[in-house]
Amino acid sequence: MEFKSKDFSDAKRVLKLRQLSVGLTGRPDADPVLNGIDLDIRAGETHCLVGESGSGKSVTSLAVMGLLPKDALEIQGGLIELEGAEITNAKPAQMRELRARRIAMIFQEPMTALNPVLRVGEQIEEVLNMHTEMSRAEAKKRTIDMMEQVHLPDVERIYSAFPHQLSGGQRQRIMIAMALILDPDLLIADEPTTALDVTTQLQILKLISEMQERHGTAVLFITHDMGVVAEIADTVSVMQKGRIVERAPIRELLTNPKEEYTRTLLAAVPNLAPRPARAAAGAGDVIKVEGLEMTYGGTGFFRKSAGVKAAQDVNFSIAPGRTLGIVGESGSGKSTVARCVMRLIDPTGGAVTVAGKEIARLSRRQLQPHRKHFQIVFQDPYRSLNPRWTVARSLCEGPINFGTSKADAMAHAAELLELVNLPRDALDRYPHQFSGGQRQRLAIARAVAMKPDLLVADEAVSALDVSVQAQVLDLLDDVQDRFGIAMLFITHDLRVAAQICDEVLVMQKGLVVEHGPAGEVLANPSHDYTRKLIEAAPGRHWDFANFRALETMRATQGAIS
Amino acid sequence: MFVYILKRVLATIPVMVIVAIFVFLLLRLTPGDPAAILAGDAATPAQLERIRDSLGLNDPLLTQFMTWMGQLARGDLGTSLLSNTSVAGMVGARLGPTINIALMTIVISVLLAVPMGVIAAWRHRTWVDFLVMSFSVLGFSVPVFVIGYILIQIFAIDLRWVPVQGYKAPSEGFGAFFSRAILPSLTLATIYIALIARMTRASMLEVLGEDYIRTARAKGVRENVVLFRHALRNAAVPILTIIGTGFALLISGVVVTESVFNIPGIGRLTVDAILARDYPVIQAMILLTAGIYVMVNLLVDISYSFFDPRIRY
Repeated sequence: MEFKSKDFSDAKRVLKLRQLSVGLTGRPDADPVLNGIDLDIRAGETHCLVGESGSGKSVTSLAVMGLLPKDALEIQGGLIELEGAEITNAKPAQMRELRARRIAMIFQEPMTALNPVLRVGEQIEEVLNMHTEMSRAEAKKRTIDMMEQVHLPDVERIYSAFPHQLSGGQRQRIMIAMALILDPDLLIADEPTTALDVTTQLQILKLISEMQERHGTAVLFITHDMGVVAEIADTVSVMQKGRIVERAPIRELLTNPKEEYTRTLLAAVPNLAPRPARAAAGAGDVIKVEGLEMTYGGTGFFRKSAGVKAAQDVNFSIAPGRTLGIVGESGSGKSTVARCVMRLIDPTGGAVTVAGKEIARLSRRQLQPHRKHFQIVFQDPYRSLNPRWTVARSLCEGPINFGTSKADAMAHAAELLELVNLPRDALDRYPHQFSGGQRQRLAIARAVAMKPDLLVADEAVSALDVSVQAQVLDLLDDVQDRFGIAMLFITHDLRVAAQICDEVLVMQKGLVVEHGPAGEVLANPSHDYTRKLIEAAPGRHWDFANFRALETMRATQGAIS
Repeated sequence: MFVYILKRVLATIPVMVIVAIFVFLLLRLTPGDPAAILAGDAATPAQLERIRDSLGLNDPLLTQFMTWMGQLARGDLGTSLLSNTSVAGMVGARLGPTINIALMTIVISVLLAVPMGVIAAWRHRTWVDFLVMSFSVLGFSVPVFVIGYILIQIFAIDLRWVPVQGYKAPSEGFGAFFSRAILPSLTLATIYIALIARMTRASMLEVLGEDYIRTARAKGVRENVVLFRHALRNAAVPILTIIGTGFALLISGVVVTESVFNIPGIGRLTVDAILARDYPVIQAMILLTAGIYVMVNLLVDISYSFFDPRIRY
């Protein structure tokens, strides 16, 4: 795979951090959040800051922007220089002048980063109103021009649209237009593509590098996605617990990492080579879905509309001990299928047979005794466990509802904790006392406590760091082996699908476009859309865990072209 | 937008019809002969018969209801038993003072409370925030009549800046109106200032933690613009709700204040009507109050969509 390899040592230094320390406000004795950060970024360079959540990546960017939450964090030492001028202790008014003109920033969630009640055109124009003396007409002209530069379609219409009327990719383009309209020297991008679909992510990454080339902007790119890093970085700093542990040009870092931490971080990155499929753990199918259909809306008091077909003609079955992955981008209908299977929503057509019983048409009451056969693990472990309940109560509630005695349920809960590698004393604790990965383990234990035949995992590892992701995937594998559970695994991440699925079903706009063994679908995709998805996966030619190019993908690439 | 407003307006019709039915039944279904209730203890049988006749009480219930609704539609609210004059006229004459005082109260409350709440949220956990919150607790806990009498003591009796009591319509000169309306408005406003400031602060605190506020700051937007352009509009919906409910409550809840300041408004009209069992007036007051609630809520609903483009039910 090609890496960027331009030398920037002659370019003008835009940002310089020396021994930057940030700590809790008013508590210089407490452990610092940033501990002596050194960083240099030169004009035109893309410097990636990688690390797991809590490593201090975002705090670094906020410190540079002067946007640290004052009552929580403060700079306690070191130096920040922007083009040779120190801004470490700049006054608020001075920082305000620098923002958007000299340093600009784009954020992770384009959904929440734009003001929902202001038209997007006005939001871009506000930058001009704040920092220049342009007339209204000039400002509008400049805004429209910038919106064209970021390749927004139909700019006159989008200019007066509200954020909720745009797609995620369009919103992020608006953010980029807003950040770059005054041609700043430094652009800080904090996980700008994490919330986007892969194909959209690819477009946004291209756009950022296009804008960077045109204006010679220095870019500080914060991400946890090694694939993205491999695609865009000139140089990389790896952060861990508030320190930079390693700093190197991209090729060097990926082929020959010096530090142990970098090696473990890279080793956890899943690659796109599918694992061998496993045999079924028993005869028959745990779940069989036939002609499943879900249409939203369609009937209204004031009007009749056709409704939105979120899923149409979906067919699949899963044998015990096997995993079927449904992959697709947002809006493809993959979560709709999961919710129909769980009967969290009522499908408008088709049949779902779980453990020998047709459940698609059962009433709530008829369904209730059958619920223990299928359980779900959700994406966000911070919101899927009741924060006011102890772990024991969460784990025992289901079994007790189905007639297990309290003592038995407690004993089983303690065993389950061991199974998911958590200490027994975790039973008396509350969800907030655990990390994200631990919480997801609890969510899995909760689901498994019901001894289900089918486990539905709806983006169950998407919110986790890669190293934690790998552990949770291992755990799911282990649980499945032990109990012979069939698993329906919903994900947008093809790498994750490659790691855990025996079979893959690709969905686009509510339709199944491809369905087959994982090895087949991911290595020799037959549908254009599947191919597009695979090609959009950043860093797909690199085997991060083995510090070399990916052999099988080279072969596939040949097959594709 | 038009469809949204039309829907909201149409939705008020069933509410008003239900209220009308309730008010109609109030008199007809009370135990005993309504005519006897109306006529009082000393009535002769002939008098009772005349009242029954005039109220149409001998007709079937449905006919009575249709007749009554027909009268309502023409704006005929009946005749007061006490003064024998048209109820519509009586209410009309009393409505002006109440509405004027209520409007002035709400304007004062909003002008003071919204900035107070915004600043308290902006300077969260500082002495400014503490001061606003303390005032808020005070405003909630001191009874209206106590505040009224304290204000009269200071501004009317000691300082002699304004008259103690009474009411003059704005048409009789704004100065005359203002000097008499300011104390009752301030009195009524204390609790609404407390309420609205609290709501503004809570709503603003939530909004100030949002990502788009960080975006605005990252753009180099000045703090006052961050607060009033970016944050306040997003925080507006719960604040509007409180203002709307507050205004409706004001209209029906001015009884004490009107008594303290001797203002001839509908609050006192209601009290007098209840004490005298003047049923047609009571009916009219219930209809009027319900109508005001419905109208205010309609306006609040419509204003939501003005502040937040995502609201289009």
